[in-house]
Amino acid sequence: MIRAVIVMNTQGKPRLLKFYEFQPPEKQQELTRSVFAVLSGRPDNVSNFVEADAIFGPGTRLVYKHLATLYFVFVFDSCENELAMLDLIQVLVETLDRCFKNVCELDIVFNFNKMHTILDEIIFGGQVLETSSERVLKAVEEISRLEKSASSVSFVPKSVSGRFGR
Amino acid sequence: MEQLKTIGRELAMGSQGGGWTGQSKEFLDLVKSIGEARSKAEEDRIILREIESLRRRIAEPDVPRRRMKEYIIRLVYAEMLGHDASFGYIHAVKMTHDDSLSLKRTGYLAVTLFLSDDHDLIILIVNTIQKDLRSDNYLIVCAALVAACKLINEETIPAVLPQVVDLLAHPKEAVRKKAVMALHRFYQRSPASVSHLISNFRKRLCDNDPGVMGATLCPLFDLITADVNSYKDLVISFVSILKQVTERRLPKVYDYHQMPAPFIQIKLLKILALLGSGDKQASGHIYNVLGDLFRKCESSSNIGNAVLYECICCVSSIHPNAKLLDAAAESTSKFLKSDSHNLKYMGIDALGRLIKINPDIAEEHQLAVIDCLEDPDDTLKRKTFELLYKMTKSTNVEVIVDRMIDYMISINDNHYKTEIASRCVELAEQFAPSNQWFIQTMNKVFAHAGDLVNVRVAHNLMRLIAEGFGEDDEGADSQLRSSAVNSYLRILGEPKLPSLFLQVICWVLGEYGISDGKYSASYIIGKLCDVTEAHLCNDTVKAYAISAIMKICAFEIAAGRKVEMLPECQSLIDELSASHSTDLQQRAYELQASLCLDSQTVEIVMPLDASCEDIEVDRNLSFLNSFVQQSIEKGARPYIPESERSSMFSVSNYKSHYQHEASSHTLRFEAYELPKPAPTPATPQISVSTRITDLVPVPEMTYYTENNQASKLPPVSDASSADHGIKLHLDGVQKKWGRPTYSSSSSTSSSSEKKINGVTHLDGVSLQSRGTSYDSKGQQSEVSAEKQKLAASLFGASAGKTEKKPTSTQRAPKANTATAERPGVTGAVSPEISKQKAASSPSPDLLDLGEPITATTTTIDPFEQLEGLIGPTPGTSTLDNSVTTSEQKAPDLMALYTDTPPSSSSSIGSASGDIHSADKNLQMAKNVPAIKKGPNPQDSLQKDATARHVGVTPTGNNPNLFRDLLG
Repeated sequence: MIRAVIVMNTQGKPRLLKFYEFQPPEKQQELTRSVFAVLSGRPDNVSNFVEADAIFGPGTRLVYKHLATLYFVFVFDSCENELAMLDLIQVLVETLDRCFKNVCELDIVFNFNKMHTILDEIIFGGQVLETSSERVLKAVEEISRLEKSASSVSFVPKSVSGRFGR
Repeated sequence: MEQLKTIGRELAMGSQGGGWTGQSKEFLDLVKSIGEARSKAEEDRIILREIESLRRRIAEPDVPRRRMKEYIIRLVYAEMLGHDASFGYIHAVKMTHDDSLSLKRTGYLAVTLFLSDDHDLIILIVNTIQKDLRSDNYLIVCAALVAACKLINEETIPAVLPQVVDLLAHPKEAVRKKAVMALHRFYQRSPASVSHLISNFRKRLCDNDPGVMGATLCPLFDLITADVNSYKDLVISFVSILKQVTERRLPKVYDYHQMPAPFIQIKLLKILALLGSGDKQASGHIYNVLGDLFRKCESSSNIGNAVLYECICCVSSIHPNAKLLDAAAESTSKFLKSDSHNLKYMGIDALGRLIKINPDIAEEHQLAVIDCLEDPDDTLKRKTFELLYKMTKSTNVEVIVDRMIDYMISINDNHYKTEIASRCVELAEQFAPSNQWFIQTMNKVFAHAGDLVNVRVAHNLMRLIAEGFGEDDEGADSQLRSSAVNSYLRILGEPKLPSLFLQVICWVLGEYGISDGKYSASYIIGKLCDVTEAHLCNDTVKAYAISAIMKICAFEIAAGRKVEMLPECQSLIDELSASHSTDLQQRAYELQASLCLDSQTVEIVMPLDASCEDIEVDRNLSFLNSFVQQSIEKGARPYIPESERSSMFSVSNYKSHYQHEASSHTLRFEAYELPKPAPTPATPQISVSTRITDLVPVPEMTYYTENNQASKLPPVSDASSADHGIKLHLDGVQKKWGRPTYSSSSSTSSSSEKKINGVTHLDGVSLQSRGTSYDSKGQQSEVSAEKQKLAASLFGASAGKTEKKPTSTQRAPKANTATAERPGVTGAVSPEISKQKAASSPSPDLLDLGEPITATTTTIDPFEQLEGLIGPTPGTSTLDNSVTTSEQKAPDLMALYTDTPPSSSSSIGSASGDIHSADKNLQMAKNVPAIKKGPNPQDSLQKDATARHVGVTPTGNNPNLFRDLLG
């Protein structure tokens, strides 16, 4: 099971935190900080893989990928194959890139709710749900299309109904 | 794609925001100011200001719904940065009730991030989820399923379960997929509540959408892990699915980097590994498809290696098949030879799995393993230590434990330090070749990780020193003790020692400091006084020290010698008798009291070397009977047991008040009673003694136990507590170290040597040739020679040990006969070998594997060496030597791998690895997106400008993630 997905920049600022088992906000910060402490201490040309039992409990590991100014981190337990997790990060990043066209940190900062939408299509309740970047993208586009059409259709009525509501 | 706005356009649209993200200028400003914050404090100030304003505005009446959505998103953002946003939770809950898809989704996102599944507000959402699960709009259903997955707890599962089950047959595959997952989540939360629905998972396995089928594998994996036998019938289905996947029968969209649906393959392989484990028949079905996979998988891509690795795991888990094992070994060696750290990591992990089945595989990779051990990558290093830990034997334990200790000293991570220290201790206890080595190793572990190791380890050490080997070899035991005492006296000179280590030292010095007569009592007492002086604030160490002093004094008195009281010792006693700690006081007074006793009494009270003796406890305290009788005759009140007492007299409770204080430190909640006439002496006295016996069964009172055991003054407490002490020390000691393992290993190695002489010849040759090829490749012959030596000691150095054993253990008649036989076997070649040794010992080369045996011969007959120096012709010598090398080498390996220790099997299973080199990523990332749209410099430039404009440009000039990937 995947325990958490963390995206943070190279200065340790969280850009997206998703814990599949509830953690109170203070704990989330603490975990993020300790993950950052581990990652920032690692040189460039080593494995993308860290044993995380000191941070997340026995048997947990994390896979990370350092791209431009961001760290993408997946935390998971012994039921997952770490090489596959690394490719899952790749799937996520590829999807983001297609979605935002040359994704950069800024896209993620401003659209972190969309990030969540994408992530929810890939990982569901800690399990890998979908691994085809194309299908994820299709689902996300479908959501945004429907959301948009719904909001544009209801744009005028909504303001009217809002007035009536008063 | 057209609705995906770039930041620039969003900015242009101002406060209305653009697209479906809909953030306002304010939010951009917020992000900007946070990005510009110079310090954490400044950032906190900004966020707190933001939260204040949100708190105000969110509570205003009639906030437009769109605006509210943005507030909620800003709250999520604030909480992500670590600030409390709980005042807004209720608004997020309200938003889930909204009809608009976009608002509802935002509401659900916020509540799944904000709330735990036992939050009070959940009850307000359950109803909404129920309603949404029945919605016509499948996206609303999906959103509700995501929320259900996160928020529905054990109690609320029944409320949504029927709807979720209905959704398993939903026409949209996206919904079916998520319904399967939600059901799985419910199963994880509370297996009982969905146990009647498990058959649904089997049904969904046949779903005609591969996405749904793939999702179903997750719950099935969990179910099969829990209960393998009920799913054996699915083996054939899983195999056929896997076959279809590998034959590219799935839609093209599931291809990933030219691999057909690799994630599904991996999940299937994991499941098959579970089903085939220990089941010959099931494994038979799997062999075929595994063979195909090994052939088809290309190891050039990362994901291909992931599948290959999973195949290796599967092969090592199912009933062994020679052909597949060969293929697995080949893939493993490819991993290990790779330059990528990720692949090396996977290789080490795979090797750990394979050696369980065929220990010989490791031999081929010894140099690669040593490379990994010296790698700067910490993760790889730790993985390698794990592997070494699994393959430790009495023959290589010294090298491995030394390496582990070196590494332990070099790291700062306390968590891992603790783990590796306990592993060192475990290995040392199991495989120690000699007493000296064991003591030295333990000293190192204690000195560097003393405060991290478990207290139990210290007690084990004391017990082992006290008990020795448990055989009737008294000489060896006293040898062990005096070597411990010697090393401890040396170590005491060091400035800083962990408290736990000092306790061990004090105990051993007290118990055995003067037993071999080498040191005088006053010398040892002086040392112990120094310890207390150097550790003024550590009461436990002081207590150990004063008890040790008392023991030494007692031994002196018992031996009829006069104890001279050193001035510093006297001042120590004075100091401690006035100590705040009652425990220290008691010990000091006991010491003073024991000094005044005559030698016979002292001998009974404090017998020499009796820490391991069993002491019988007279729980009835029958020896007090006459005293009790006397008291009662004199008019004392009879003793009433506590159980009866508590019920019958609540008033006279106070009599036992002071006992309460002494023995149980619990608070009294009832009021104090009125004073009564003083109690007769009999009552308290007897109850005191019963209380002490009451203490006996209480575990974890090691400290006091030690105290009592040491201070055997009052016979009552002595008897009971010492018994307790022994019980405690025996706890958790699994295995005796030293003699048994050692002797058996030496006999196996020597006998197997003789047996396999002829067969192993080939082995040695192949080893040599491989070594040379490595050499030529590596170019740094010196380094590689060093590694060779290490490899030899790690992977096959029993000969080196046989040489050591006779000298180090001092009781080696057995070992000596074993080695003495060798000249008979290898007699003809020994001169050549010794010559070889003389020639090559300074810089060991490939043939150095033979060095151990030459050492053996040297110890046996130094003249042969001399002969060898003069004698033989060089031509034959090398040849002969290679033969002996192999002869010598083979048994080592056999001994090394034949019997895996039982402990290793458990730890092997968990790990797997990660292989993905940075440059490979680069290439692959290039492949896919580059084909799709290619690099778009204009776009990135625009973004760059935006980024600068907004001011959140992170470190680099170009914040584009993919700039470096797309080139």
